Amino acid sequence: MIVSTQVVEIPEFRMDCGVTLTQVSIAYEMYGTMNADASNVILVEHAFTGDAHAAGISDEDGRPGWWDLMIGPGKAFDTDRFCVICSNVLSGCKGTTGPASINPETGRPYGMSFPVTTISDMVRLQRALLDVLGVKKLLCVAGGSMGGMQVLEWAVSYPEDVHSAIPIATTARHSAQQIAFNEVARQSIMVDPAWNQGDYYGSEAPKRGLAVARMVGHITYMSDESMREKFGRRLRGQGMVDANEEYIFEVESYLRYRGSQFVGRFDANSYIYITRALDTFDLFESQKLVRLDPSSTRFLVISFTSDWLYPSYQSQEVVNLLRAANHDIAYVELTSNYGHDAFLVDVAQQTDVIRGFLNSVSRNLGISNYALREGVH
Amino acid sequence: MATAELVHTSIAPSLLGREDFALISELVPEGSRVLDVGCGEGQLLHWLVENKNVKGRGIELESDKVYRAIARGLSVYQGDINQGLQAYSDQAFDVVILSQTLQETKAPLDVMREMLRIGAKVVVTFPNFAHWQVRLSLMLQGRAPQTKLLPYAWYNSPNIRVLSICDFNMMVKEQGWRVERELFLAGKRHVRYFPNLFAEVAICLVTR
Repeated sequence: MIVSTQVVEIPEFRMDCGVTLTQVSIAYEMYGTMNADASNVILVEHAFTGDAHAAGISDEDGRPGWWDLMIGPGKAFDTDRFCVICSNVLSGCKGTTGPASINPETGRPYGMSFPVTTISDMVRLQRALLDVLGVKKLLCVAGGSMGGMQVLEWAVSYPEDVHSAIPIATTARHSAQQIAFNEVARQSIMVDPAWNQGDYYGSEAPKRGLAVARMVGHITYMSDESMREKFGRRLRGQGMVDANEEYIFEVESYLRYRGSQFVGRFDANSYIYITRALDTFDLFESQKLVRLDPSSTRFLVISFTSDWLYPSYQSQEVVNLLRAANHDIAYVELTSNYGHDAFLVDVAQQTDVIRGFLNSVSRNLGISNYALREGVH
Repeated sequence: MATAELVHTSIAPSLLGREDFALISELVPEGSRVLDVGCGEGQLLHWLVENKNVKGRGIELESDKVYRAIARGLSVYQGDINQGLQAYSDQAFDVVILSQTLQETKAPLDVMREMLRIGAKVVVTFPNFAHWQVRLSLMLQGRAPQTKLLPYAWYNSPNIRVLSICDFNMMVKEQGWRVERELFLAGKRHVRYFPNLFAEVAICLVTR
């Protein structure tokens, strides 16, 4: 399945900070076929450094989407039955307006003058995109990590529009530890002289700082077990021959490689803006979750045993709050050694629970093509 | 796991061979709000949702069972009983079911209290440790009883609470609760006389 990213322009968009952006671009991809009353639409939310290319093979670079294991014909999000949409987040750098975009008022990139962005801004822009596409209600909103935060934000911002929600490996608010990791990442960008207060467009980008930020991130996405399995203490070269050796261990060269790959595809200022959006997100303080009407949305919450970046207790906090208010909610902690990355790569059990959940949700809603594929797989 | 196992085939009246399931389903009103505590893979809950149109919820500790229950389309929560029950608000359910689990709990009285807090009615099923075979086995062999229904050795049995039908009724009385209905089984047969001697399984509907 060859897919291409589309872009819609929203003329005006008011942000939580009070600033109104004009000519806002939002990049998205769509898979499967929308039915006549647009009742089979699933919105998939990407994680921190993801993009709109969630599934299929990109017509630009030939790469599979970040959740290609989960979205497609016969997969968890079955595109023979459902229409799946994924868009790039506001303040990102993959086709949706962000710090690297040209400010129409000045003709220059926004840089650090881009308005501070929240998770709720991201979700409101997606609502605007769906209005353009003629989608009123979503059969489901699903996503992991930052995607899961957007899922929760959708459920509290537009409860009437969300039949079901699948937040995976996520939280209703960052802990001090999560904020701390993000601060290390931000600082490593900001101390790179090339960052230049965010004004580097047209000259050299703060590649070294951004690469280090990504290295820290990568460590938090893996688990102790998965790193031991993947690298152990394997040596890269001869071992410690002299102090100027570039690498000693395999894991070092891997992290540096991932860091250097990343700088080619991600904007340093977007990294700063998005981590700020993650850190300031708090659905407990805002009481939005507590006040949610239990009749609106059905939930499936998933966490993973070895995920120490978004540990299960954070999912359980959300689940227990919703259970106390009699919400219709399912929760499972799936067993996996892959750490936080599990939601991207450990898909077998995830597929079964999501498929069963979506079957049940769509059957309750009387989605017409339900019977078509029941029991086929 | 083969997905075929997850596909629901219509359950016979005997409910997958579990006679106590069939009787429990008789005690659950059509369309009621039901919580199945220790729901396993959700066989009973699924049957109740499909056939009695209940609003079903479940609690189960083991991840593999929760995973299969959710794959069936059920709203099941993974957690232990104590923490599992705590989160629910008072009288959130019409019926709370505890099937063959009371004898495995560390604090059965607390579990009963919590269930009666969150539910108007509680259906409890438990094995009767005063069944004549159990008594005979203990008396003749002088060893911790092992029977067809209670096949475990003392060191690997999940049944950490040993109770009879009389014991259960005493607890209900002492707490000031009421047994609204009780049904007794030996295999697939109903037991009408001397249940504490002849019943293997008791099914009790308890209210406050």
